[in-house]
Amino acid sequence: MKEVKFYGAGFPYRPIKELPGKLIVLEGTDGVGRSTQIQLLRAWLEGEGYAVSDTGLRRSTLTQSGLDAAKQGHTLSPLTMSLFYATDFADRLENQIIPALKAGFIVLSDRYFYSVIARDVVRGANRAWSRKVYGFALIPNMILYLKASIPTLISRIVHGRGFNHWEAGMDIRCADNLYDSFCVYQAALIEQFDEMAKEFGFITIDANRSITHVNEQLRQHISKLFEEDQ
Amino acid sequence: MLHKGEYKGKLIIVEGIDGSGKSTQIDLLYKWLLAQGKSVYFSEWNSSNLVKSTTKLAKKQKIFTPTTFSLLQATDFADRWQNYMLPMLKAGVIVLADRYAFTAFARDVARGVDREWVRNLYSFSVQPDLAFYFQVPLDVAVDRIMEGRAKLKYYEAGMDLGLSENRVTSFRLFQQRIINEYDRMTDEFSFKVIDGTLPVKQQQRQVRQHLRKILQGWRGLPNPLRTTRHTYHKPVEQIAGSQQAGKA
Repeated sequence: MKEVKFYGAGFPYRPIKELPGKLIVLEGTDGVGRSTQIQLLRAWLEGEGYAVSDTGLRRSTLTQSGLDAAKQGHTLSPLTMSLFYATDFADRLENQIIPALKAGFIVLSDRYFYSVIARDVVRGANRAWSRKVYGFALIPNMILYLKASIPTLISRIVHGRGFNHWEAGMDIRCADNLYDSFCVYQAALIEQFDEMAKEFGFITIDANRSITHVNEQLRQHISKLFEEDQ
Repeated sequence: MLHKGEYKGKLIIVEGIDGSGKSTQIDLLYKWLLAQGKSVYFSEWNSSNLVKSTTKLAKKQKIFTPTTFSLLQATDFADRWQNYMLPMLKAGVIVLADRYAFTAFARDVARGVDREWVRNLYSFSVQPDLAFYFQVPLDVAVDRIMEGRAKLKYYEAGMDLGLSENRVTSFRLFQQRIINEYDRMTDEFSFKVIDGTLPVKQQQRQVRQHLRKILQGWRGLPNPLRTTRHTYHKPVEQIAGSQQAGKA
């Protein structure tokens, strides 16, 4: 990125002049196929000769074990969860993403803070407060939003990893069983994503289509990003 | 900046740099209020179990950045706020806090994070009923700290800021930055400034005067373990009476 821009104050104690790499974010709800697409994109980009680094939520060395333990005990409230995830995000941004961008890597991020905000707001967090928390976040070069309908998500979840407590929003008890709770919760998340699509300039991709089709769409958009440089 | 909480209880907090004597004062205050039969709850900075293992790991491996340090401490505070301090305030208890959001506003900004950003993080908390700031010159605080301790810890000394290779020098520079932040917050958050160089007893007298003012005519949560002289249970009344001897 030629110009380094943040949503808010960034990291005032560590001014960054230039980041030669590119930050590409894949967003979307659970079961939308983000990780499959990232694998395919990575192989494609590496084939083209780019150095690629991928990252995802809850993978920071700082918070991973603490967050996992907290989630096991269900001791997290929406507020503490929101701040704990922000810690994780900041750690990855400062210690993984920014160094990779400095070294000229293409960083493929499996979700960014938009997912966290969507989750927080659905759980009752103040919209403006949540956005300001991420004032340190770097503005990505491109945000690709994979959008799929609830029936598509359900078929992928059932044939994939199965329903789980958090993805079904059972911590806030949207319904008395995992299936209904999943439907209510994911619909609420999609509503948040749609709102953010405008606000943050997401490129919306129809993720109900086949993996190959979606991947083709993603490649087309990403190719444009590189054309601009030439 | 912080919104006003309309709770039945009272929130009293103390702030100041390390070695300002604030913990001594709040401890005396705690005992004084208990002796009066008040329902009191005490909370200390950075003491929640939720983030304990993460903090320990980060301090040991020195992997905190100013932003992650700030966010993790806000997580700790949020946990204590929602699970202990807020419920106690709602119940009508006097909540005493050794350090509050202002510690983050002072320290995190001294570490270089944005002033407005860190204030937003803590905007779920409320303006205390009384916020004491124990003001001491840097030299006094440093002398007190160095007397009682063998070695300054890495983050405590602000070594992560790269201000100096020498721990004591780094500590001094870091603490001075914190003092500057506290001083500029005095009006913003209506601090009651107490001169931390005065004798302990004199400081405590001033603290108690402020307390008396806000507790006048106030009725909080009765303490079932401590009965007042209005009780009809004779044996208990005797116990309570004997312990009220020291009451001013």
